[in-house]
Amino acid sequence: MSAVLAANVGFPLLPVLVVLPVLGALVIALTPSTRPDVARAIALSTTVMTAALGIYLLWNFETSNGTFQFESDQSWIESFGISWLAGVDGISLWLIVLTVLLFPLAIFAVVPEHSPKPYYAWLLILQTGCLGVFVALDLFMFFVFFEIVLVPMYFLIANWGHGNRHYAAMKFFIYTMLGSALMLVGMLSLVWLHAKAPGNELTFDIRELAASDAVGTNAARWIFLSFAVAFAVKVPIFPLHTWLPDAHTEAPTAGSVILAGVMLKLGTYGFLRFGLYLFPEASHYFAPVFLTLGVIGIIYGAIVATMQKDLKRLVAYSSVAHLGFIVLGTFSLNSEGITGGILQMVNHGVSTGALFLLVGWIYERRHTREIAKLGGLQKVAPIMAAMFTVVMLSSIGLPGLNGFVGEYLILVGAFVAHRWWAVVAAAGVILASLYLLWAYQRVFHGPIDEENADTKDLNFREIAIMVPFIAAIVFMGIYPKPVIDRMEPSVDALVMHIQDNVDGFDEPVNEGRKGDGWAGVQAANEAANGDDEDHAEDDE
Amino acid sequence: MTYRHSEADVIAPVQLANLQLVELVWLVPLLPLLGFVILMFFGRRLGEPVAGWLATAAMGGSFLASVLVFVGMLGLEGGESGERIVEVKLFDWVVAGDFSVDIGLLADPLSVTMILFITGVATLIHLYSIGYMHGDANFSKFFVYLNLFAFSMLMLVLGDNLLLTFLGWEGVGACSYFLISFWFTDEANASAGKKAFVTNRVGDFGFMLATFLAFFAYGSIEYGEMFSGSAIPAGTATAIALLVFVGAAGKSAQFPLYLWLPDAMAGPTPVSALIHAATMVTSGIYLLARINPILAASHDWAPSLIAWVGLFTALFAASIAVAQDDIKKVLAYSTVSQLGFMVVAVGTGVYVAALFHMITHAFFKALMFLGSGSVIHGMNDDQNMKRYGGLAKLMPITAGTFLIGWLAIAGIPPFSGFWSKDEILVGVYDNSDIFANKVLFVLLLIAALLTAFYMTRLVILTFFGPPRWRDEVTGEALIESDDELPVRHPHESPWMMTLPLVVLAGLALVAGFINLPFASDLHFLGNWLEPSFYFNGHSNEYHAAAGGGTKLTLAVIATICAIGGIGAAWKLYFDKRGGTGPDAPAIMAQGWGYDNAVSNFMGGPGSKGFDALAEFDGKVLDGAVNGVGKLIQLDGSFLRRIQNGLVRSYAVLIALGAIGLMVYFLVVST
Repeated sequence: MSAVLAANVGFPLLPVLVVLPVLGALVIALTPSTRPDVARAIALSTTVMTAALGIYLLWNFETSNGTFQFESDQSWIESFGISWLAGVDGISLWLIVLTVLLFPLAIFAVVPEHSPKPYYAWLLILQTGCLGVFVALDLFMFFVFFEIVLVPMYFLIANWGHGNRHYAAMKFFIYTMLGSALMLVGMLSLVWLHAKAPGNELTFDIRELAASDAVGTNAARWIFLSFAVAFAVKVPIFPLHTWLPDAHTEAPTAGSVILAGVMLKLGTYGFLRFGLYLFPEASHYFAPVFLTLGVIGIIYGAIVATMQKDLKRLVAYSSVAHLGFIVLGTFSLNSEGITGGILQMVNHGVSTGALFLLVGWIYERRHTREIAKLGGLQKVAPIMAAMFTVVMLSSIGLPGLNGFVGEYLILVGAFVAHRWWAVVAAAGVILASLYLLWAYQRVFHGPIDEENADTKDLNFREIAIMVPFIAAIVFMGIYPKPVIDRMEPSVDALVMHIQDNVDGFDEPVNEGRKGDGWAGVQAANEAANGDDEDHAEDDE
Repeated sequence: MTYRHSEADVIAPVQLANLQLVELVWLVPLLPLLGFVILMFFGRRLGEPVAGWLATAAMGGSFLASVLVFVGMLGLEGGESGERIVEVKLFDWVVAGDFSVDIGLLADPLSVTMILFITGVATLIHLYSIGYMHGDANFSKFFVYLNLFAFSMLMLVLGDNLLLTFLGWEGVGACSYFLISFWFTDEANASAGKKAFVTNRVGDFGFMLATFLAFFAYGSIEYGEMFSGSAIPAGTATAIALLVFVGAAGKSAQFPLYLWLPDAMAGPTPVSALIHAATMVTSGIYLLARINPILAASHDWAPSLIAWVGLFTALFAASIAVAQDDIKKVLAYSTVSQLGFMVVAVGTGVYVAALFHMITHAFFKALMFLGSGSVIHGMNDDQNMKRYGGLAKLMPITAGTFLIGWLAIAGIPPFSGFWSKDEILVGVYDNSDIFANKVLFVLLLIAALLTAFYMTRLVILTFFGPPRWRDEVTGEALIESDDELPVRHPHESPWMMTLPLVVLAGLALVAGFINLPFASDLHFLGNWLEPSFYFNGHSNEYHAAAGGGTKLTLAVIATICAIGGIGAAWKLYFDKRGGTGPDAPAIMAQGWGYDNAVSNFMGGPGSKGFDALAEFDGKVLDGAVNGVGKLIQLDGSFLRRIQNGLVRSYAVLIALGAIGLMVYFLVVST
């Protein structure tokens, strides 16, 4: 069916989607450095075109199809079984949409302080890297893109960042690179073990690798761990998170937006696509470890965020807490948890992206991010305050806004699977309100001093940039159905895959429903209520 | 009974018409939502007073819609037929895996009762606010929040599942936060807002866990599906009930989570009246009444525990109210105490009495808060009652209506509070399933006596005796004083403010008649609410078995207590020479030191612990990372040559290392 669609599309959608930004970067490289406006225009038009392609992809995505769509297959290094193998399913779809939308907004939002040409070029290369990761169905291709993204981000932080930028950039690069090195080992081992088994060919196609039973349980667990370390650094999972506050804080605003919005998801997405999918048994085996680390991240990130004196650093630590929720949902290994996790990846991209933009604009105006030096801004910048409030409440997880839906599904999934982890994690909800409201109080409430009194409110361009964020926050909070419906079949397929591959493991469903209690209820319902049918009819 | 939409059974066109009226229930939250959206975008342009009138009209429309729903429901058959339980599904909300929840409204006698008094009181308070907020720089914004609050509150009571109730629940919390910190330039207001939100979140934590457990136990969190089958195990039911109660204790300001409510008085007075007296703070009571089948399925000790927590809160808060000098603080602690009465009723299983008291309390407490706002306006925003006095002559409407509220809360027949409080007392006296119910009864009587006492003190200090201030115009002072007397110019408020007072006073006077104890026919409220508590062939409402004689005796005792409280206060505080009576011990004024203890903990060990963890992150975790980096750097000149700073060569090295490791790994593993 997807082949039919691809034929209808008429051109290779995914390759174009991935390559377009880097083409833009090449064109920018050819422009004269004296014309920064041209570079900006090219960057904007390229990302807008990419966004249009992304929307086109979303439009043509088959909702009820749980397999890969828009597949494209092009052999690359044939002798090693490596190929360009791309496809989109419900798990990657929204991350692609998020990526194509976040980039133009981030570019539109901020003008770099110097050297615009390389700045825009690096951003575009970064987008290609991120999109490549999300569409890759070939392990090697995935690894290449997974590593590529480090380079542009390194230069973005090191050249356009704030005070301690060189240190932060180097730390970011080495930390994440070391993580991936282990993954490369694991990857090659996996492919080797698969190819060695009789009847198998050398391939990096993850679908074949996932279906393979050539790798023994023990080896699979070790290889899973090598992947997991790389992803855990990227997410980041406690205690491997200390590169994040530095990188996020020192990065230029657009860099922080992309780092938090998209790049952290490379890790969580990696867990889903290459962890759970390739190593279901090992994922199940190690789930308690990751659930525990996820919960620690939620509480720990929130507590450390509370005590931050730098507003941007506070937002950075809030990511540690939010990503902890995503890890928790992922390793619940059931539909509710995983759906919530994916939803929360998108939600976090939207709300934290917006928070970093707002913090960036505060910095542009006040040249400080120190909370103690800010105060009373709501009086002079009411629109900024209002937008900050909405984004903050989304991040806190207020029902009716997007953050709640994801967080709640994660917690439901975790509760059904591992009750006590969910109980502790839910306490993070209290802490989230504490650190954000306290920060808001100190920055926007209270009396205003002379230094803050001249702070300008958001201008028209900035308001225009925030509107899509706010719209997404409200829409996905009230009507998340179109989003969830498109991920559901793929998530169910993944959960089925895990169930099929783990002995004695069913999707951990509610025992009450399976036990006497619920059976009793159902029996009673059916016996007592002849009007069950009315019920169904009336629901229409 | 079953929760269902019983169209199939309805044949007569009249009944169909009635059902269609009830199905208009979606209009009730929609109108304030529209008001909110319009005002958010155009409020500033509409300005004062149009923005206020628009918000009031939205609320008034919502009230009319509620009346239509009520009329329609009256046309359906009541009692055990289940006809009066109507679900209106709007659209899917959160659906993933086995979890499925929609945006759907549940109209039943319980929710319709709630929307009637919420929209009614809210309309009056919107009207009052037009006068009260006159001249405020953020006039229109106030009504943005007020309409959003009303919408959230209506979703809370109309939601047909726990999650939608939770949406309203958190929504009202957020609005409460906005409105408490409405005058945000004052640090104290901002802190109070944050405190309210965070404290409520502690309760919400319990609520959330309750929804998880309910999903786990029932496979659904829609009320209809949860309650239309056989009961769940008592242990699970107990856990759900108590977790919900944690949430209720947050929202309805029960011990130990009541702390935020007295501080919430930092908000504008109409907010105190609407949110922190009449509506939002009662949502905990509503929720406990809504899940009555779960309470009924719990272990016996759970309802007893709830009742005793309510009793403790009622007594504790009443004792603090006695010692307050700030007029709004007295009313705030009084609200905490009265909510305790309602929680006692819920725990005792007399849900009708709880709702009855909720309604009468909404009238008389909103009335008194609005009255206090009128007084505070007249006293140049001074809230200290010790600098009031003699206002009855100068503010006749405010004073007259306030006195009705006072007699109602004190429990003097035939004012409304007497009837509702008496129902609770009878239930407690009668229901021996509750742990030590006779002791509970006596202590509750003492709380009632204290109520009469502190309210009388408030009334005396405010309205009677000679003025303890100097008239701005004449410059006269009626009492001698060592201190300079404050200069004041009290005046009656405009009609937008006094009209709601008069209407609420009328309601506070007669609301008791909606549920008279003399005959079962006169038990209107009880009969009306019956379907909401009737499940699987029996009622979860506790029906007191006490005979007429016992009831009469109890009523007489309660009245004597009320009169005793009033008399004692009169003797202590009425002073013709302008004294303010004896002061209560300072520890009582400070809420027995509990608030300070919590603040000190949060500011002391709590914040130190947080700081220690932040230190740990920077020094230990990050220190380790940097340490490893340093170690490598120090490691001789050979390695320095490799560190040429070229990312490309790092990549080569890493790839080489990786391949080496792989070879080793494969040799070992095979």
